[in-house]
Amino acid sequence: MQKREESALTGVGVVILKELRDYLGSIRMKLLIGLILITAIASTYGAASRIRSLVGEDQFLLLGLFTVSKDPVPSFVAFLGFLIPLAAIALGFDAINSEYSRRTLSRVLSQPIHRDALIIGKAVAAVVAIAIALLALWLLILGGGMLFFGIPPTGEQVARALAFYSMTVLYAAIWVVLAMLFSVLFKQPATSALASLGVWLLITVFWPIIASVIANAVTDPNTLMYAKTQQAISRISPNTIFGEVTLALLNPTTRTLGPVVFSQLEGAILGTPLPLGVSLLLIWPHVSGLAAATLVLFAGTYVLFQRQEVRA
Amino acid sequence: MSNRKSKSIGKTSPPDAVIRTEGLTKRYPNGTVAVDHLDLTIHPGEVYGMLGPNGSGKTTTILMLIGLAEATQGTVRVAGYDPLRRPLAVKRQVAYMPDSVGFYNDMSAFDNLDYTGQLAQIPGAERRRLIDAALQRMGLSEVKHSRVGTFSRGMRQRLALAEVLAKQPRIAILDEPTQGLDPESAHEFLQLIRSLKEDGITILLSSHLLDQVQQICDRVGLFYKGRLILEGTVEELSKQVLGGHIRIQLSAVTDDRKGFQKTLAGIAGVQEVQIESHRLDEVYRTHLAKERQNAEA
Repeated sequence: MQKREESALTGVGVVILKELRDYLGSIRMKLLIGLILITAIASTYGAASRIRSLVGEDQFLLLGLFTVSKDPVPSFVAFLGFLIPLAAIALGFDAINSEYSRRTLSRVLSQPIHRDALIIGKAVAAVVAIAIALLALWLLILGGGMLFFGIPPTGEQVARALAFYSMTVLYAAIWVVLAMLFSVLFKQPATSALASLGVWLLITVFWPIIASVIANAVTDPNTLMYAKTQQAISRISPNTIFGEVTLALLNPTTRTLGPVVFSQLEGAILGTPLPLGVSLLLIWPHVSGLAAATLVLFAGTYVLFQRQEVRA
Repeated sequence: MSNRKSKSIGKTSPPDAVIRTEGLTKRYPNGTVAVDHLDLTIHPGEVYGMLGPNGSGKTTTILMLIGLAEATQGTVRVAGYDPLRRPLAVKRQVAYMPDSVGFYNDMSAFDNLDYTGQLAQIPGAERRRLIDAALQRMGLSEVKHSRVGTFSRGMRQRLALAEVLAKQPRIAILDEPTQGLDPESAHEFLQLIRSLKEDGITILLSSHLLDQVQQICDRVGLFYKGRLILEGTVEELSKQVLGGHIRIQLSAVTDDRKGFQKTLAGIAGVQEVQIESHRLDEVYRTHLAKERQNAEA
């Protein structure tokens, strides 16, 4: 095969801007932002009142806004783990098949661009749209927290919160790409929405149950092996990965994300926070795993789309 | 017109064919052959009609010409380039209007064209000017800021043609351009297409409505089951297939139909005389024309 002579990215900027405009103005985006905003207010309000009641010298007070929960409202992080996939699916599920059903695809692809520009542009635009919304939310929470507690965040806190923000965007990206895969696979937007939502439910609600059932079947409960197997299976779910990553980032005292035996804790000063670098080291396999899974899914979507006949 | 177009047309030693296919074949995995060893040559500046029933391989051929489908066999050259190897070079010079064309319904007519214009890398000010001019020519200036969702079928078709025009292509490929239009709008639309020829654009159009399209084509190719079975000007083809036979339509006012028929049949060389009932579209068009005249008077 001869190499193609012009950049695959010709026109990608135009596609990104157009899609971004569509996403940011769309009703579904407004609905989802509203939903996330309401849950954010509820959970951070609960967190703030609880943090206030626990008088202490916690130097990571502000980060608690994301992680602390007050019954019956779950923590903000737990909400995000659940709602971000929904937002990403809402943006991605009809990315490609709607171009078919509106019969705009061949008009767009007959312009001097490669198909790459369209699919890359759409994926980037969806992730950027979510990133913009999340950034606003993130600033709102940190700013509100500063006003409420009356203390400025330390540099380390800001750095940790930023790392958390980037991880949230990465977590959104994998769901965007998954929804886009279904939008290439299924010609009907309703089918692809249903398929995406099915995976979402499976991963966020049923996966922990499935993990423990499988672990139960293959290993003896009450052993370390059981705990390890269960964790390994549950880590297939990006939701688990996201949960562990946020735990390590926002709760600096987290020293390990797996089961530990007592001998491993020898010499550890429990309850002292780890420096950011070490926390990052702890989650690095998670980050690379999530990024790799996103890329693999995107590559699959890309190949499928390139091979599709454009008769619309 | 602008220098963009004159540059592409005024190339040194223009090739004698802007589109040429040799042995072009498209076979689907299930064994059906959509296009079967097609040899097609289209000369610069002509209006070529690919005519044939649905499923005779017209759209598949078009998709292979613009690089949206891959040929199983054979070669394609469009403006001198292979659409699969140099897709952007081909797509820059070819404007394509798909059958049952679609637009982004939430966007205005102008914005729809602006989006594809940006993708075609036409710089800002020139793009706006070209789009405005194209919309003006298609009679859509007044609705250019309305959402396309509110447009009628005919307006969408004209918008699609405006898009073709704004791109200032060397070749325009129009797939079933009159599909879904009533005879009158189809007639007007075909005249608009014909007017592109004056801009020096080579036009390739496909249609299953043979009689409608014959009025504007310089040359036609008749397709059947993926093969080109006849090719030439309409006159040549009639001569070749129907012999020296000419057909006259005569309108007369008479009470004695039978006698009149007999008189005509008596003229030397006449083979057949048939009295046909009037066609409704003729009634409709004549009535409209009369009303228009009355309104002017």
